Amino acid sequence: MSTPVSIGDGVETPREPGGARMIATLALAGLISGVAIVGVYELTLPTILANRARALKAAVLQVVPGSQTMKPFTLDGGALVEATDDTPVEERIYAAYDEGGNLLGYAIPGEGNGFQDVIELIYGYDPKERKIVGLQVLESRETPGLGDKIRKDAAFVANFDDLSVDPEVVVVKNSHKTKGNEVDAITGATISSKAVVKILNVTNDRWLSHLGEK
Amino acid sequence: MKVSDPALLLRTAPFLRRNLTTPALMRDVIYALVPVIGASIWFFGVSAILVIVAATAGAMLTEWRFTPEGKGGAALADGSALLTGLLLALTLPPGIPLWMAFLGGVIGIGLGKLVWGGLGHNLFNPALVGRAFLQAAFPTVLTTWALHGGPSDFLAVRGANLAFPLLQGGVDAVTTATPLSMMKFDHNAVPAAALFLGNTAGSLGETSGVLILLSGIYLTVRRMFDWRIPAGVLLAAAIFSGILFLVAPDRYPTPLFTILSGGLLFGTVFMATDPVTSPLSPRGAWIFGAGIGFLVVLIRVFGGLPEGVMYAILLMNGATPLIERAVQPRPFGRGKHR
Amino acid sequence: MAERDGGDIYREFAKGLWKENPVFVQVLGMCPMLAVTNSAINAVAMAAATMFVLVGSSFLVSLLRKVIPKQVRISTYIIIIATFVTLADFTLQALSPSVHKELGAFIALIVVNCLILGRQEAFASRNGVLLSVLDALGMSFGFAIALLCLGSLREILGSGSIFGFSLCGPHFEPWVVMILPPGGFFMLGAILLFFGWWKEMKAKRRDSVTGRVA
Repeated sequence: MSTPVSIGDGVETPREPGGARMIATLALAGLISGVAIVGVYELTLPTILANRARALKAAVLQVVPGSQTMKPFTLDGGALVEATDDTPVEERIYAAYDEGGNLLGYAIPGEGNGFQDVIELIYGYDPKERKIVGLQVLESRETPGLGDKIRKDAAFVANFDDLSVDPEVVVVKNSHKTKGNEVDAITGATISSKAVVKILNVTNDRWLSHLGEK
Repeated sequence: MKVSDPALLLRTAPFLRRNLTTPALMRDVIYALVPVIGASIWFFGVSAILVIVAATAGAMLTEWRFTPEGKGGAALADGSALLTGLLLALTLPPGIPLWMAFLGGVIGIGLGKLVWGGLGHNLFNPALVGRAFLQAAFPTVLTTWALHGGPSDFLAVRGANLAFPLLQGGVDAVTTATPLSMMKFDHNAVPAAALFLGNTAGSLGETSGVLILLSGIYLTVRRMFDWRIPAGVLLAAAIFSGILFLVAPDRYPTPLFTILSGGLLFGTVFMATDPVTSPLSPRGAWIFGAGIGFLVVLIRVFGGLPEGVMYAILLMNGATPLIERAVQPRPFGRGKHR
Repeated sequence: MAERDGGDIYREFAKGLWKENPVFVQVLGMCPMLAVTNSAINAVAMAAATMFVLVGSSFLVSLLRKVIPKQVRISTYIIIIATFVTLADFTLQALSPSVHKELGAFIALIVVNCLILGRQEAFASRNGVLLSVLDALGMSFGFAIALLCLGSLREILGSGSIFGFSLCGPHFEPWVVMILPPGGFFMLGAILLFFGWWKEMKAKRRDSVTGRVA
C-alpha cells in the first residue's frame, strides 16, 4: 500500500508537522463543505419556500371559510397597506377573497405562551360581523392527550367558528357557554384553553381597530 | 428489613430493641388501612372493591412471578406486595378502568421495587411509582372523578371500571370535580366538615380526613413509624399555606383546607412514613417531612396541577440519601464543630 | 485489511446489526434515540438521515485518512459530519416538511451523535473505503433496527397505531407517557431488560446442557 504522506511514523513526523499544513487542511475542508452546503441550499431553497407558502395558504383559506385567494397586508403608520417582500412575517396579516374577489375576512397569525411552549396559531376574522370565523393551531407542544386537544378536539376548535370578539373573548368551564363571545374550556386542559384565548385577545387588540370594512 | 435488622444503626443512644419484624410492621399498617378501605367502599361501593382487587392482584402477581424461583411464596408472605397494592388502589380515582389499576400494581412492584433489588432497596415508594406511571400515561383518566355516594348506590359500577384492556371506557360517565380542582380553577372552597368526614369527590382512600387521622394515631401509638415525619409535613404545610393565606385570603386556601383536602393526609400517614424510603435519623425525619409539606403547597398553589402530594413525596424520597448524609451524627470525639 | 475475503466483508457489515448493535449493545446515540422515536415514521426518518450522514462521512474520512494531520483529525471529522448533517437537513425540509417539523432540532443534532464520530475515530480512519462504508452501513442498519423497534412499540402503546394505521379502533386508550420523552426511557429500559433476561436464559440453558454432558 502506498502512503503518500504518513503521519504516525515517528521519524518523518516531528512534533509539529507544520502548522501551515494543519491550517490548510482545515481551511480546505471548510471551503469544500461550505461550497457543498451553499450548493444544496440553493438547490432546495425554492422547494422549501414553496412548501411554506403552500402550507400558509392552506391555513389561511381554511380559517376563512369559502375563500379562494389571499393577499398579505401590513400596517404602515396605522393604515393597512399591501405587504411587500421585505415585510417581516410577524408584521403580516392575510386578506382572503372569494372567487369574485370580494373580501371575506382576514387571517391573522398570533402566538403566545401555552402550558409547555409557544403556541402559534392563525385565525380568520370577519370585519363585517366582528366575529372570529375559524382557527387553526399551527405549532404547539402541549401535553399529548390533554393540552394538544386545542388542536385535536373538534368541539373545542368549533368554538372558534362563530365567535364574537365584543367585548373580548372569555373562557368558561364545564360547557357553560351561553353568550356569543364565550369559549368552552377543554376539561383537564384549562390552562391551554386559556392560553389560546389570551393569544386571540392580545392579537385582536393589535389588529382589529385597523380592520374596518373595506 | 431496615427496621428489624439494620446493618448500621444511625441513631445515638438509647438503643432500645423491639421485637419488630417486617411482616409485623406490614400487618399493623394493613390493620390501620381497614377503616380507610371501609370508608372507600361506603362512598364508592362495588367500584372501590373492584379497583382494590385489581391493583392488589397486579402487585402480588408481579412479586410472585419475578422473585427468584421457589421464593415467590415467601416474598408474598411478608405482606409488602399486598400493602403496595392496597395503597396504590386507595390513591386511584374510583372510576378508573380495572386494567389500568392492575397495570399500576405491576409497574409499582416491578419498576418501583424489584428492579432495585427488592424490599428494602428501593429509593421510591412503590405504590407511588405505580401511580406516577399511571398519571403520566393516562392523565385524563387519573383526573376524572366519578361521583361519590352512599350505600344506596352500592352496586352501581362507576365510570369506566369495566373497560376492556387497552380500551377506553364509556364516554358518557358522570363525573365531578374534586375540592382541590374547584379551589384551583374556580376559587370555590368546600367546607372543612365535608372534607373531614369524606363526603367529597377524590381518590378512593383520600376523602375521609377523620378516619385517616385515627389510623395515623393508631400507628403512632403502636410506634410503627416515626411521628416526626407526619408532624413535619403537617406543620410545614400549615405554616406555608398559612403565610400565603394571610397575604391574600381571597386567592389562597386556608391552612385547614390545605391539610384536609386531596391526598395530603393519606400520603402523610401511609406513604411518607414508609420506613424504606424515608430517613432514619430524627433530624432527617423532620427535614424530610417539612420538605414534603412545603412542596405540596408549592405545587398546589404555583404549579399547573391541582394536587402535588404524589410528586412531593417522590421528590423527597429521592432526596432521602442526601438528607441522611447531611445529618449523619458525627462520631464522638472526631472532627470539629461545623 | 490485507486480505478482503468475503467473510471479512460480511463480518464488518453484520456486526453492527446485532452483535455490536449501536443502541442495544454499545448504548450510543441515546439523544435522538429517546427524543424522536415516538412514532415509527419518525424513527425511520431519523434512521435514514443518520444513515446518510454516517455512510457519507465514513466514506470521506476513510478516503482522506492519510491526508488529514493527526492533530486536527477530530475537527476535520466534525466539519465533514456537520456538512452532511446540513445537507440532510435541507433535503428533508424540501422533501417532507411535516416530518422535518416533527424531528425539528434533532436533525441538526445528528452532528453530536457519538455513534457517528465514534465510527470515524474507531473504524473509518483506520480502514479502507470499502470496509468503512460497509461498517457504516451495518451500524446504520443496526441503528435503524433499534429505532424502528422502539418507535413501533412506542407508537403502538402511545397512539394505538403503527405507521399511522390504527390497530385498536377509535376506543383505544393511549398511554400518553409513551409518546413523551420519559416513554423512551421506559421502553428502552424494558428492551434492555428483555435482552439481559434473554442472554441469561441462554447462558443457563447452555450450562444445563454442558452439565448433562459432563
